[in-house]
Amino acid sequence: MADARLSPENVTVHASTVLDASEISRSLTRIAHELLERNKGPQGLVLMGIPRRGTLLARRLAERLEQVEPGFDAAACTGSLDVTMHRDDLRRNPTRAPEPTTLPAAGIDGTTVVLVDDVLYSGRTVRAALDALSDLGRPRAVRLAVLVDRGHRELPIRADHVGKNLPTSTSERVYVRLVETDGVDEVRIESREAGTS
Amino acid sequence: MKHLLSAADLTREQAVRLLDVAEQMAATQQREIKKLPALRGRTVVNLFFEDSTRTRLSFETAAKRLSADVITFSAKGSSVSKGESLKDTALTLQAMGADAVVIRHASSGAPHRLAEKGWTSGAVLNAGDGTHEHPTQALLDTFTLRKHLVGGGQLGAAAGADLAGRRVVVVGDVLHSRVARSNVHLLHTLGARVTLVAPPTLLPLGVETWPCEVSYDLDAALGEAPDALMALRVQLERMNAAYFPSAREYSRRYGVTAERMAALTALTPHAQLLHPGPMNRGLEITAEAADGPRSRVVEQVTNGVAVRMAALYLLLAGEEE
Amino acid sequence: MDTTLITGARPLGGEAADLLLRDGAIAEVGPAGSLSAPEGARVVRASGLIALPGLVDLHTHLREPGREDAETVETGTRAAALGGFTAVHAMANTAPVADTAGVVEQVWRLGQQAGWCDVRPVGAVTIGLAGERLAELGAMADSAAGVRVFSDDGKCVFDAVLLRRALEYVKAFDGVVAQHAQEPRLTEGAQMNESALSGVLGLRGWPAVAEEAIIARDVLLAGHVGSRLHVCHVSTAGSVEIVRWAKARGVDVTAEVTPHHLLLTDELVRGYDPVYKVNPPLRSNDDVRALREGVADGTIDIVATDHAPHPVEDKDCEWSAAAMGMTGLETALSVVLAALVEPGHLDWAGVARVMSQTPARIGRVTGQGGALAVGEAAHVVLIDPAARWTVDPAAMATKGRNSPFAGRELPGRVVATFYGGHPTVLDGALATPRALPASDREGASWSK
Repeated sequence: MADARLSPENVTVHASTVLDASEISRSLTRIAHELLERNKGPQGLVLMGIPRRGTLLARRLAERLEQVEPGFDAAACTGSLDVTMHRDDLRRNPTRAPEPTTLPAAGIDGTTVVLVDDVLYSGRTVRAALDALSDLGRPRAVRLAVLVDRGHRELPIRADHVGKNLPTSTSERVYVRLVETDGVDEVRIESREAGTS
Repeated sequence: MKHLLSAADLTREQAVRLLDVAEQMAATQQREIKKLPALRGRTVVNLFFEDSTRTRLSFETAAKRLSADVITFSAKGSSVSKGESLKDTALTLQAMGADAVVIRHASSGAPHRLAEKGWTSGAVLNAGDGTHEHPTQALLDTFTLRKHLVGGGQLGAAAGADLAGRRVVVVGDVLHSRVARSNVHLLHTLGARVTLVAPPTLLPLGVETWPCEVSYDLDAALGEAPDALMALRVQLERMNAAYFPSAREYSRRYGVTAERMAALTALTPHAQLLHPGPMNRGLEITAEAADGPRSRVVEQVTNGVAVRMAALYLLLAGEEE
Repeated sequence: MDTTLITGARPLGGEAADLLLRDGAIAEVGPAGSLSAPEGARVVRASGLIALPGLVDLHTHLREPGREDAETVETGTRAAALGGFTAVHAMANTAPVADTAGVVEQVWRLGQQAGWCDVRPVGAVTIGLAGERLAELGAMADSAAGVRVFSDDGKCVFDAVLLRRALEYVKAFDGVVAQHAQEPRLTEGAQMNESALSGVLGLRGWPAVAEEAIIARDVLLAGHVGSRLHVCHVSTAGSVEIVRWAKARGVDVTAEVTPHHLLLTDELVRGYDPVYKVNPPLRSNDDVRALREGVADGTIDIVATDHAPHPVEDKDCEWSAAAMGMTGLETALSVVLAALVEPGHLDWAGVARVMSQTPARIGRVTGQGGALAVGEAAHVVLIDPAARWTVDPAAMATKGRNSPFAGRELPGRVVATFYGGHPTVLDGALATPRALPASDREGASWSK
């Protein structure tokens, strides 16, 4: 499963797949059931994905909810929440263009919003999402669902629903690839070591 | 992109990106809470050496919606009218810590000087310089055209698109118009075909080298079924310098009237009518045309805020050098 | 008095020769190595250097009186000496305007006291340059300054009747009217050459026709009344054509071109740097080519600097607020080498003709612009043709920092300038001014 190769810069890259397509699918199905259980049914649930892969995952979760609970209208209860303008690291990175924010037609006031993202790391993106959300309305409750929690939190934030807890070191990188954007469903972890071979 | 000095400098990619971001900004402006925290802690200075209430308010609103601190400096009643130079004013504002300077100046090229001479370390945004350029006006005009001609009036529907193949007629005082110059460049960059229409006295020497067509006959230009008509402001004082004989003759030959709009919409039902404002009703445009169903004049003002938010955001939000 | 032996220099680029300068005159000339230095004489080894008669500028703005913040006679003539000049014509647009015998005599005496070169004041054609009434041209001609060149430079003598009268009137004392050809109505608020570029940059245009129309009128007038006419800073191909036509018809017209119009084009305006703002404006490549050809075929008689120093604050600002003009005294010779000699339009004798002999003749400057021959006044400049240098306005003697050639590498360097036998420049640096002739000392003291 693990492979190592020498990159052109004489850096050894160790990469391994930690979730394959079927494991991702099973994780999402499990999270969907957890959501229904926790919410005691689909009433008032709104899924807001954080662009870009969070938005795709939110759609997949909504489809599963619709399969389990035919009364749940996936299209009407899913949205996308861009957090770019609320990030606290704008000045540390090249300018990024904001992505669209889309809300369910009925809005989010009084609903239970489930924020959906691919990887939970420092918690800063979720912090920005909470700020962005409060500018859009007043949900009754906000929950957080992520495909991967890789640890190293910098803020007092934790996920309510996690696909896989993945212990990592900060030098490692976690890549989530999804069929819609990358042609394949997988979660990979990469580590780099300079000069060793 | 460090400064926004002229529309001629923008590449197609930069222009489309600005328009795309502006559409996201416009979407946020339809919400109840319009303020975004993106430029918190940043200072935007509006440096207006020339009166322009609407452009100044538009930039002020844009900066405030992005949570920037805004300092507005108008030449009237300030030390500028007592002879303080652009350089000294800029140095003063630099000492106060300006991250961006929005400048409107009667001297063509003043924003270039400001950006190149090191009088300010901040980003410089040209809000209109002499008879040279007014890039954010051209951006809001193309934003409006793209939204309606490509996106069917829906925000976001035209994301990534340009104006390839669209045809725009610009009529009025091209000679003295920075709006015309910026629009010719930007529309051309975005793939649109532009026809400038004016009496020969109000066209600059060498206009035939510009990336556009030129005509002296408005009705003939409208007969080509363009997708949009943009009327430029014509100052009545030009009459005294013999650019045209009388206001009546000007409106007869080059005025945007209800009749001309009817002729245009008979050929292109989706035709858009733009005017950068302020309008001289009865000279370059009649009230009926300005307030008619094809007019986007009021919407242009709204779009101006979104476009300026996008420009400020893209120049200021990114990493520090 | 000073005695100097120059050894091995090449007069007008010809065979190497020795020149002995004594008592303000060229005392002996012989083949290289043939002359020996008299006791106490300064010896300047000039092998490889070109010797020319001291340069004469017909068009210099020394700014004094009135704008001593921009330039003074002292600083301007220091710059002239460094540029190889032994005579300059100080333009009349000072404050007060040089439109009376009093002002021209003041400028002339300031030049005498400075001692770096001859200062020949130009008198205004009209009172206050206002273009309404003739100034007292005769009084200026008869004054100690001996004015022979009259010009409202900076402004055009636009009134055709007034110009006709001036052209006729100065015949009485062999004067010449030097016209700044600019049709005022066509150039109201003008900022740069009118072209496709001015349209793009949004700067009001200064059309070529505004210059050409006035030159055409003026050569016809000069021909009609049989007067001498000099045309200042010709800048367009059309102007060259008109002057060529007029000369072919026998009109007594001379024309000048500035170094900057021979080398620079309006493309430089793109960056809105006011150091390139000048009147007449920088023109197109075609104009530059026509001007160079005009000098080569003699249509344009001389190169004159139009040296126009301005204080920093008048250039360190936005384009439309900036003053028009460029410095030129210290770069003129090098620019002429780059624009005319290197491309083959002119040889060294030609340089002497357009920068010394002909301007002296037009200005009726006695004792200047002579041959490098025994008995002539010892105004000599030594030039290193192989040197190349990078223009640094901060290192110049002029107060003006507004050189459009800043940062440019130019060929040729003035190594030494002899003004009446006295070295004002040695080893490329300022030496000492020539002492006032004893006979003038008392008369000059009143103006201090």
